[in-house]
Amino acid sequence: MKPNGSLSWIKDESDPKLRGWEEFYRNRWQHDKIVRSTHGVNCTGSCSWQIYVKDGIVTWEMQALDYPSLQAGLPPYEPRGCQRGISFSWYLYSPLRVKYPYARGALLDLWKKARAEHSDPVAAWKSLVENPEARTRWQRARGKGGFRRVAWDEALELVAASCIYTIQKHGPDRIAGFSPIPAMSMISYASGARLLQLMGGVSLSFYDWYCDLPPASPETWGEQTDVHESADWYNAKLLAVVGSNLNMTRTPDCHFAAEARHNGSKMWVFAPDFSQVSKYADEWVSINAGQDGAWWMAVNHVLLKEFHHEKKVPYFLDYAKKYTDAPYLVELREVEGVFQPGQLLRAKRLEKYQEVENGDWKFLMWDEAEGRPKMPMGSSGFRWGSEPGKWNLILKDGVDSSDIRPQLTFLDNHDGIIQVRLDDFAEGKTLRRGVPVKQLETACGERLTVTTVYDLLMAQYGVSRGLEGDYPAGYDDEARTFTPAWAEKYTGIGRDVLIRFAREWGHTAELTQGKCLIIIGAGVNHWYHNNLMYRAGIHALMFCGCVGVNGGGLAHYVGQEKLAPMESWAAIAFARDWMPAVRLQNAPSWHYVHTDQWRYERDFTDYHTVPVRQVRDSLAHGHTMDLQARAVRSGWLPFYPQFNRNPLEVVKDAEAAGATDPEAVVGYAVDQIKSGNLKFSVEDPDAAENWPRVWFIWRGNALMASAKGHEYFLKHYLGTHTNALAEDMARDAAKEVKWHEQAPQAKMDLVVDLNFRMDTSALYSDIVLPAATWYEKADLNSTDMHSFIHPLSAAVPPCWESKSDWQIFRSIARKFSELAAKHLPGPVRDLVAVPLAHDTPAEIAQPDLKDWRRGEIAAIPGVTMPGLKVVTRDYKNLYNQFISFGPAVRTTGLGAHGTHYDIADFYDEALRDRPTVAWEGKEYPSLFEDEQVCDTILRFASVTNGELAYRSYQGIETKVGLPLVQLAEKGRSVRTSYKELQAKPLRLLNSPMWSGLIENGRAYSPFTYNTELLVPWRTLTGRQHFYLDHPVYIQFGEHLPTYKPKPLPTEYADLRFTREEGRSIMLNYLTPHGKWHIHSTYGDNQRMTTLSRGVEPFWINERDAAEIGVVDNDWVEIYNDHGVVVTRAAVSARIPRGISIQYHSPERTYSVPVSPLRGYRRAGGHNSLTRTRLKPNLMVGGYGQFTFHFNYWGPTGCNRDTHILVRKLPELRW
Amino acid sequence: MDVRMQISMVFHLDKCIGCHTCSIACKNIWTDRKGAEYMWWNNVETKPGTGFPTLWEDQSKYHGGWEVENGKLRLKSTGKTRTIFNIYHNPSMPTMDDYYEPWTYDYQHLFNAPEGPDQPTARPLSMVTGKPIDIEAGPNWDDDLGGSPVYAANDPNLAELTPEQRLQLSSVERLVFFYFPRICNHCLNPSCVAACPSGALYKRGEDGIVLLDQRRCRGWRACVAACPYKKVFYNWNTGKSEKCILCFPRLETGQAPACFHSCVGRIRYLGAILYDAERIEEVAKRPNEELVEAHRSLILDPYDPAVIAAARRGGLHDSVIEAAQKSPVYKFVKVWKIALPPHIEFRTLPMLFYVPPMSPVMASKNGDTVSHTSEDLFHDIDQSRVPLKFLANLFGAGNEVMVRYALRKQKAVRWYRRAVTVGDVEMELAQRMLREADCSVEEAEAIYRLTSLCTFEDRFVIPPMHREEALQMLEDPLEHKQGAGFGFLAAPRRGL
Repeated sequence: MKPNGSLSWIKDESDPKLRGWEEFYRNRWQHDKIVRSTHGVNCTGSCSWQIYVKDGIVTWEMQALDYPSLQAGLPPYEPRGCQRGISFSWYLYSPLRVKYPYARGALLDLWKKARAEHSDPVAAWKSLVENPEARTRWQRARGKGGFRRVAWDEALELVAASCIYTIQKHGPDRIAGFSPIPAMSMISYASGARLLQLMGGVSLSFYDWYCDLPPASPETWGEQTDVHESADWYNAKLLAVVGSNLNMTRTPDCHFAAEARHNGSKMWVFAPDFSQVSKYADEWVSINAGQDGAWWMAVNHVLLKEFHHEKKVPYFLDYAKKYTDAPYLVELREVEGVFQPGQLLRAKRLEKYQEVENGDWKFLMWDEAEGRPKMPMGSSGFRWGSEPGKWNLILKDGVDSSDIRPQLTFLDNHDGIIQVRLDDFAEGKTLRRGVPVKQLETACGERLTVTTVYDLLMAQYGVSRGLEGDYPAGYDDEARTFTPAWAEKYTGIGRDVLIRFAREWGHTAELTQGKCLIIIGAGVNHWYHNNLMYRAGIHALMFCGCVGVNGGGLAHYVGQEKLAPMESWAAIAFARDWMPAVRLQNAPSWHYVHTDQWRYERDFTDYHTVPVRQVRDSLAHGHTMDLQARAVRSGWLPFYPQFNRNPLEVVKDAEAAGATDPEAVVGYAVDQIKSGNLKFSVEDPDAAENWPRVWFIWRGNALMASAKGHEYFLKHYLGTHTNALAEDMARDAAKEVKWHEQAPQAKMDLVVDLNFRMDTSALYSDIVLPAATWYEKADLNSTDMHSFIHPLSAAVPPCWESKSDWQIFRSIARKFSELAAKHLPGPVRDLVAVPLAHDTPAEIAQPDLKDWRRGEIAAIPGVTMPGLKVVTRDYKNLYNQFISFGPAVRTTGLGAHGTHYDIADFYDEALRDRPTVAWEGKEYPSLFEDEQVCDTILRFASVTNGELAYRSYQGIETKVGLPLVQLAEKGRSVRTSYKELQAKPLRLLNSPMWSGLIENGRAYSPFTYNTELLVPWRTLTGRQHFYLDHPVYIQFGEHLPTYKPKPLPTEYADLRFTREEGRSIMLNYLTPHGKWHIHSTYGDNQRMTTLSRGVEPFWINERDAAEIGVVDNDWVEIYNDHGVVVTRAAVSARIPRGISIQYHSPERTYSVPVSPLRGYRRAGGHNSLTRTRLKPNLMVGGYGQFTFHFNYWGPTGCNRDTHILVRKLPELRW
Repeated sequence: MDVRMQISMVFHLDKCIGCHTCSIACKNIWTDRKGAEYMWWNNVETKPGTGFPTLWEDQSKYHGGWEVENGKLRLKSTGKTRTIFNIYHNPSMPTMDDYYEPWTYDYQHLFNAPEGPDQPTARPLSMVTGKPIDIEAGPNWDDDLGGSPVYAANDPNLAELTPEQRLQLSSVERLVFFYFPRICNHCLNPSCVAACPSGALYKRGEDGIVLLDQRRCRGWRACVAACPYKKVFYNWNTGKSEKCILCFPRLETGQAPACFHSCVGRIRYLGAILYDAERIEEVAKRPNEELVEAHRSLILDPYDPAVIAAARRGGLHDSVIEAAQKSPVYKFVKVWKIALPPHIEFRTLPMLFYVPPMSPVMASKNGDTVSHTSEDLFHDIDQSRVPLKFLANLFGAGNEVMVRYALRKQKAVRWYRRAVTVGDVEMELAQRMLREADCSVEEAEAIYRLTSLCTFEDRFVIPPMHREEALQMLEDPLEHKQGAGFGFLAAPRRGL
């Protein structure tokens, strides 16, 4: 043994032989190749990664560091990439990898037998699927093992045959596909979507279905979601982090928040649990779960009182006048002797404006200089009118061009004070509060009482301003909405904290011109009334001029995505280069209806509080299905299948009846619909002719991670075992749809899953096709977390028998066309029903609530009912179309979000200098190879082709009448290729499709385009909306910001049929995004399971756990009407009493024992305990920003209000 | 003066996300193989918590590090009561229970299960025995488990807190945790090296990296016992112990170690430190309360002409001296004094330093209503949820003074930047706070910039390793260029 003296251990290089062994580790580090790629689904991090290859094997990954730098004074983006991303390489060679095509054995046996009997594959499929015994045989086996390897050709033939059969027998709109978050691997998403749209199939949305769409965003801004790139957090001086766990869910961005703090920004974190991000907080507000709405309502009370009414901060008031609907006039209507707020006053009602074009869609402000109403430009009426150059935010009258000085309030200039009825949903009562009004006369001599949106907001938020009525006496008035003391009852947070917060907010915004930022996420957005909670927070931003400035605004991060090169991508993904109409379905409605989850509830008013007094014919009552049916027939929402007949047959019938041109076919169909001969499928979803039949799932876990009501999916889609025990309840409640005593099970004939890992969806599918991983293919990736675009690249070729998604769907297309040559040889005509669409003139289709079915208005396709389009399909050439960039875009140009530009010259250039394909005597730019698709997208998108950005601005200039092309001058010569992206990340160009300005390294902040260049928001008034005057919103009491109580567990029907077994406790069951997975991906790999606890544990408060005798790491059984989960408990005081957390999202594929409570069957995953419930007022359409767009507008798949019982697992069995 | 260069490190705990990306970067490259499954050269702990291996900080259990006895430094693990006979059985050695039994799952069952009445699932299997396992522990078992009665409450650093203070930590008013990432500290006075009976451990002369020779090691595991941070691990497959190598193959090629590179919270800094090797023993023997300051005094001013002259005499390359001058670690540790060593009382003189974290303001509860007591925009250090005493036990050998100093300076910088960027704080007040925190405006700007705006090159200043000079001692670098890589790789052999 050596002496313990100093330095004896230091070995210098002068004795190098002793150090020769060091090559032991040097050899490990040495590698052969580094390739740039990223991770292609669900995670929106969009991190650039270096994939290391050694001996032809991917060994590990490290983050790339070469992001272009932003402007001086902002921290850099490097490195980006988290614990999940860096564990991905495990999958490539793991035992969980799907290396070969698999088929369910029961199906494969039947198929082989049928093929032996039928030389024609379509005939073989027909023989199986029309034989109930055979069909049931493979359906019952779903999820129960018995996979068999199958040759690619055999698998492709079976899948193609099922599609041909389904198109012939039922119609193409019975074939559906689901794949989430296109931005993360956009070519892979596009592959399946393109095949489906060429067929006439249905693409299902994900953003609303995941409940990640914040409906308050379209409500307020007419925008799906548009948020700050994470570097812009650094510009914020007050960070309010609300229901968003940055460490967990925004791991590579979190440092911007941490770094902002060291630059003097203050950070408030709102979370019921001591969430991971709370460690960064200056103040952790341990708010009661789901009560964020109450908090922000009271914050607005303080802001309005102190900063608006008392201090009259000029910046705040100017902002409200210029950029919001606050000064607009609202009509007060007298109902039963009481005034209540109605719709915005329409310009055409007044004599001066009665002749203006689209006068129902132009609105009025009171001009304080001239003392009369004036009609500012920028509203939807101007957007869709014939006069160019008037869709802007300049405060001038649209008729006489006189200046407008908007009067926000009539407080000091009124014709009277009127008591207006408002709702207090918390207490279930109505209030009357004084509001200053003006009296006007309409063109036809009717007397009108109007006030401003601003005055109504003052009344609603309870700022009395000396007016009479049920106004609170002060901040300490607990009884009246919406004081700090009132909020305390719901939030559990002292009023002093709230007042202090509101004052810090107001002061910071005043001093910095709006640099207050709300970072918000699923912790708020997944509640049933999320739109109200969000709106309240948004109002605090709008009151203080925080939207459309760097460092200020609403930064919503959950499932958000930004497919930056949208125009060209959408053309390819939805085959718009070939097809003039597409079938895009909002998944929440589709699953709610087709999985029969609607059958397990009664009236939505059981849990959704609406105003007590309702007008006759109000839609604010009854069963959600009734509104769903109404939404479809009025063209508000899509629904597929469309009709109870094959749409190809409908056209044939029309032709037989003498309809030759498309108009006549549509006319025939309208007559058939009106007469009831042709029925909407949604009105009888359980009839066999209305079922979806074939389902493609790729890049997602549609049967588990995102399947709210997973057990009902198993039952009604798959026909396999379910652990649900809820019973039908809708028998007499749902009036607009046909009731079947027995709900059908096993609607799906075939479920096809493309996957690189055996996840729950793969395990339950009929055919599993081996997909290349994200390190094995070319693709593109973009995000809203930063402003770069990244490639996915093949570090190694697709392993074993796997193929890229593009190659797989291309192969299916080829096989499909081969079979179609025999079965569907000639062009066929398809009648496609489409909903009224956002960013089209359909935004001004339905000024009032009229139902053609009840004879209140004529049935006009595309106006009062769904649009109907005749589309010609060439099935035998479907494969050729798939691999060719079609000619339609050359003629029509490209665009998105209302933009448009021509591309003919670039199309022709591509024919000259890019690979092409030729068939039937014509040549097209090739989309055969994945990389060719990448290049086509990059070449034709405005964010990657500067000339096209320039043209796109030119197009908007005409509409707006203000100079915009200067935004594209600098980048006009930029062109981008896939190879260049592999070399280095590229920062996007300014584009009018997006609302943030990013030149010179400026951080992307949404709506800076609107505030700085006066381009309107895509809303009714063109301004940001405080007030939502859709008649259905008024019926539901959500025209004004408000607070609605959380649905109660009893009425919400999670525990109606469940009996409490043993020592159980009822808890609210929350499933926030977790640390060890992105949805279910990564969570099952050996790295993540090791760093967690080998299961997705059930987090429970220590005192709640003690009540049921549970200690840390005990197995627990969690159950309700919908299903059961068995996992282990993580016991911590970090979780408050009354709630529990199981992080989204576990798989049933590993470490799940059986459940004693449900007959010792395999327990489920988190979605075994949830169920879909749609919020009906989010279904309206054809009205400004309340107009459908895929992934953009519609009800969402909320799940936070779920309740469960939990007990200690009596017996562990596998 | 014997001037040596040491690659040293700072982890800024206020920025740490607790994401473990660092851990996996390391695992992927270095310990993803048989016998090494359970090794986490880099791990991240939730504090308060018991860590990995469990309760590693408790030297009454593990007997790691050094003690001073009769004016002499002795290894605790081989002190008076423990003799060389412990070489065959060391009772203070961590067992598999203190680590965990690594596991995987029977994933193939999902593909191979025959059709049955119920859904198959992949059961957990031990990676040691291959048999089904009931998972009872993992390398990160108490992750985010703040306020757990089982784990957090057993944190050894809570020992000197009053029962009342300890209780508070798990109630809403004080509920709190932060993250504590750990790698080998590449100590100046490494007890692992001193303990090795085979002389397999050494500290590299050129950069101070502590390495374990995979040829010489005979698997006695004295190093495992002696390291008070439990950062040496025994590979049961090769029969050799292994430890963090600070990614020397990357450092030698000018790249940051993998865990540093991958730190997405951007909390890590790395750079050269010049120190006086002659004073190590003297410093390591100082009383607890003097240790932090004495340790800091070992670090030499790289601009001091006398130091430069001595460094040159000792054979340090000019480029290395320049790197030491640019070292971010030097600034954090020596100039600003806001980075502190972990458990300096173990006396190994760790060369990894931590900026202690801030935490949210305390709250009080009245019935069901929670309120915060903060009067100011940014609350006072004594109102933070993490008790100062707890941090002092981790980073100050129990001495609160150093920790208070570090936190106070961070706060003052925040006040100052607030005054600059918003203006709701009077600049005069901000400057007074800076003065009270022993910080000039220039220093505040520098701290702010290196904390918030730092680039990769700011965080990692890697001294040139001059491999050509090292190789030259063995062979002609030109010949090396021509022949590098030719030859046969051999697997490590058990024994010698």
